[in-house]
Amino acid sequence: MPGVYLTIVLAPLIAAIVIGLLGHIIGRTASHWLAILGVGLACVLSFWVFKYHVIDGAPIYDAPLYIWGEVAGITFQVGFLVDTLTALMIMVVTFVSLMVHIYTVGYMQGDPGYQRFFCYIALFTFSMLMLVMSNNFLQLFFGWEAVGVVSYLLIGFWFKKDTAVFANLKAFIVNRVGDFGFILGLAAILAYCGSFTYSEVFANVPALADSGMTLPIAGVEWSVITVICILLFIGAMGKSAQVPLHVWLPDSMEGPTPISALIHAATMVTAGVFMVARMSPIFEYSDMALNFVIIIGGVTALFMGLVGIVQNDIKRIIAYSTLSQLGYMMVAVGISAYAAGIFHLFTHAFFKALLFLGAGSVIIAMHHDQDIRNMGNLRKYMPITYVCMLIGSLALIGFPFFSGYYSKDAIIEAAHASTAWAAPFGYWTVLLGVLVTSLYTFRLLFVVFHGKERMRDELRRDLREPRAVVWVPLILLAIPSAIVGGFFIGPMLFDSHTILGQSLFVLPKNDVLFQLAPHYHGAIEFAIHGLTGLPFWFGVAGIVITWLFYVRYPAVPAKIQSHMKWIYHVLINKYGFDEFNQAVFARGGRGLGYALWQFGDVKIIDGALVNGSAHFVGRCALILRRLQSGYLYHYALMMLLGLLVFLLWFTLLR
Amino acid sequence: MFADLPLLSLLIWLPIAGGVLVLMTGDEQRLKHTRVYALLISLLTLAFCVPLYLGFDINTAEMQFQEKVSWIDSFSIYYHLGVDGISMPMIILTSFINLIAVAAGWQAIQTRVAQYMASFLILAGLMNGVFAAMDSILFYVFWEAMLIPMFLIIGIWGGENRIYATIKFFLYTFLGSVLMLVGLIYLYTQSGSFAIIDYYTLPIGLTAQILIFVGFMLAFAVKIPMWPVHTWLPDAHTEAPTAGSIILAAIMLKMGGYGFIRFSLPILPDASSDLAWLLIAMSLIAIVYIGFVALIQKDLKKLIAYSSIAHMGFVTLGFFVVFALVSADRFSAAVLGVQGAMVQMISHGFISGALFLGVGVLYERMHSRQISDYGGVANSMPIFAAFFMLFALANAGLPGTSGFVGELFVILSAFQANPWYGFWAGTALILGAAYTLWMYKRVMFGEIANDRVAALKDVNGREIALLVLLAIPVLLIGLWPQPLLEVMEVSIEHLLQFAVTSKLGF
Repeated sequence: MPGVYLTIVLAPLIAAIVIGLLGHIIGRTASHWLAILGVGLACVLSFWVFKYHVIDGAPIYDAPLYIWGEVAGITFQVGFLVDTLTALMIMVVTFVSLMVHIYTVGYMQGDPGYQRFFCYIALFTFSMLMLVMSNNFLQLFFGWEAVGVVSYLLIGFWFKKDTAVFANLKAFIVNRVGDFGFILGLAAILAYCGSFTYSEVFANVPALADSGMTLPIAGVEWSVITVICILLFIGAMGKSAQVPLHVWLPDSMEGPTPISALIHAATMVTAGVFMVARMSPIFEYSDMALNFVIIIGGVTALFMGLVGIVQNDIKRIIAYSTLSQLGYMMVAVGISAYAAGIFHLFTHAFFKALLFLGAGSVIIAMHHDQDIRNMGNLRKYMPITYVCMLIGSLALIGFPFFSGYYSKDAIIEAAHASTAWAAPFGYWTVLLGVLVTSLYTFRLLFVVFHGKERMRDELRRDLREPRAVVWVPLILLAIPSAIVGGFFIGPMLFDSHTILGQSLFVLPKNDVLFQLAPHYHGAIEFAIHGLTGLPFWFGVAGIVITWLFYVRYPAVPAKIQSHMKWIYHVLINKYGFDEFNQAVFARGGRGLGYALWQFGDVKIIDGALVNGSAHFVGRCALILRRLQSGYLYHYALMMLLGLLVFLLWFTLLR
Repeated sequence: MFADLPLLSLLIWLPIAGGVLVLMTGDEQRLKHTRVYALLISLLTLAFCVPLYLGFDINTAEMQFQEKVSWIDSFSIYYHLGVDGISMPMIILTSFINLIAVAAGWQAIQTRVAQYMASFLILAGLMNGVFAAMDSILFYVFWEAMLIPMFLIIGIWGGENRIYATIKFFLYTFLGSVLMLVGLIYLYTQSGSFAIIDYYTLPIGLTAQILIFVGFMLAFAVKIPMWPVHTWLPDAHTEAPTAGSIILAAIMLKMGGYGFIRFSLPILPDASSDLAWLLIAMSLIAIVYIGFVALIQKDLKKLIAYSSIAHMGFVTLGFFVVFALVSADRFSAAVLGVQGAMVQMISHGFISGALFLGVGVLYERMHSRQISDYGGVANSMPIFAAFFMLFALANAGLPGTSGFVGELFVILSAFQANPWYGFWAGTALILGAAYTLWMYKRVMFGEIANDRVAALKDVNGREIALLVLLAIPVLLIGLWPQPLLEVMEVSIEHLLQFAVTSKLGF
């Protein structure tokens, strides 16, 4: 078995290395074939691993690959943990990655950096696989930072564009803020558990929780488990773009669309959710941390969705939607419904990748104009894209029977049933979030694919469905977006032996999914039951409102905008996070650096101390030099004066 | 076949003799010959590191490859050489970087080539001497002698403001080392020996320890350099020729770190323990304060120089958190901290060497170090941009590169000493990424800024070879540090035993 796991990881890596080093020699076609074959092989094997672990019920594989380092009895290793959670994740990662690889052949056609792009996305696939297959915290951090770097390289792929290289630097630094928390979390884990291996750490956690050990921070005693969890979660907030570390994700849309689908929607940004689920044996022992996760997730789910309503860039709308959906997943793991969080991650990967690739298809057709105000009625010209986008949209708003419905409704139900003190907040945010989701999703769909044709005439003549390499992945993603939820909800969440049962740990008192299980009577009934629920009507209300505003009475939105100026102002400025960060952290950091340099280094250390002591020696010498005038009578006078002083000293003062 | 050779002497005297030879045979008419000779000598020196590595026994903390000859009988001073797991990697690093330095000046230096090459060869021999010396006077002689070639390198082949920089460099470092000599002489009067190892077991009172510690500290802190005695470094770097900067950053700074672990910690355990708070504070200030200062530098070399100071903060932090850890009964974390510090020194040798080489590559083409003169270099130099990205990320401590290993170990260890140490050290993750990648963005990314950038030629074969040579260890240590760690492990544990055993009980 290790051979199969290793092949899954190495196939994309080898492809990336060969393309990176020899891409300009072997040419474009060979490069993309190499990358597609590498990831394709990984994908096929991942499906096999999924079958092997989930259906055949193979035992958990947990073994080191090699010893990375060993210091004073502490072993740092690189190794694989393959259980059902891993099997599910690698299947999602390699499948979406394969779709994106194929799609890229069409999307990046003619780009001078064609080979470089394939090198990067294959490398990304490798890094992401290392992240989810890790059996220890160190390798997790490796994968964590490696996906961050590839994301950095890909956001700045078109490095001539100032906005792109601004966005990628911002993404990396904001992620580093998260990683700063993460590495301190690792340090705390090593300090209190003495190991980085998951199994050993998890085994130590209950005892550590019982010991009631605390750390004093800011005058308050915090339980060690809470500190560890919150520090790790700060890492997740960076990678999964949770408020207030979300600011990089909308800007990351500067990168080519295929990577927006792969990295910034389906895989990398969900790493935080995966991590919290993987760490469920730790998080379960800190109610404080779990409630913190709910609050952050809830805020992100609702408030980032609201911003999506006022965006006009097709990719940015979907990016804010991603933020909001990541918030949903975080709420799910926060209420200990880890399986629901992973389930939503799973369905979201398909329909969000689909929406991004569909947007990319539109962007190709529109000759790289991304402003939805210049589109309209595209369904006439691009029927395949339209139908796929419609399926993706219905899945996204959680329309019954579509896959997103199952995962999202499970989260809402679970939040409703949870007893965590922050759960009511989580419940209301995810519930209102459904309306918001429906508003921004169908606003996009109606404005782009319905209504008046607002594009220029010469562009309209050119409008058509892109090549098959572009739309075939759309269809392949549309199928799971439509049906995968219904098939998986039972096995994932409610059956007596759930798929993820062996990977996730939930304390009985927190096990909200278990409490809901008796009310579950099959996928179809679950969907029919949904037709009477509040979320469904919120979703429908959103569709109706957007239809009225953007198809029937297109003059209304502008009026609302002018009547509710301040709300619009708040939303269009994204609550001012960017301005605040720019003013305080970016400018403040540079100002502090300048002050320390000019005042500390130049003025005090160099000016006063270093050159100052040189001047001091010089000045002393100048004074002393005057004494040595060379005139005999000066010296004689000095002698007399000296004699006088001594006489006075000895006679009068003694 | 190598077992009988006096390897350490060869590693010291081969480059020195070779340097003298190059100096004598140097001919301004036949520059190529001079360069080739110098390259061959540095290759041969590096070749002698192979038996040094292969013959090294990682299971003992004993000094290996020892050579001992009486030098000045009346003061019992010996020509005594030997290496343990701490000095052996430093010697390999020195010999390796020397090769890079010689090849880096291949085209840039057109005047006094023989003298230039000779300076570097002699310098390499002297630096190997510092790491191999087991007699403190021998150590001191190498330590001071190495200032001379460096002084010449900056003073002769340096930039416009080189005189100010050289004098500042010389006075700063000389002032520090004279006090070290005083300390060594005191130790001699107490023990009747100049052997460093004898001092490890020499009982010394607390007051004496503190006085000696302060003397040593000045010598070592200036070399590293620690805040606040660091201001010579940015000046020295900006004025030094490329290869001078490479040697300065990659090797000379490590002398200070080496001094702390070889002298201060094991010889003066009680003073080190008492003053650890001061050194930790200085280290953390170096990491945070200097990180901010690096952020706003306009000169490429100054930026990398400040970044070096911040990175070296991890070295001293890793050394001095040891005392808090041992008193908390966390010996393995203490070893981790020192391992981290050592890996950081070696890794920084490769990374800073590569970064200065990169700046040299740009400077040779553009004759400017100002970041604002660049922009969009990646368009005209894509291969160079790829390498520079690798080293920039390594400088930002990316996992998988050597830059990560040391920082990780030190942060893990510092956190156990006190979570706040870990917190402040951890800010390097953010600051390091900010100053390195912001610099990268302004130099490499964007539209081509001006005609001169447009006309840039990408790296040639020689430059690619050098960048590859530096990239290999950066990746190797990052992906698999174990071979390096196991070389140092036993020696570090051995030295730490002295560092944590009080001498006051005697």
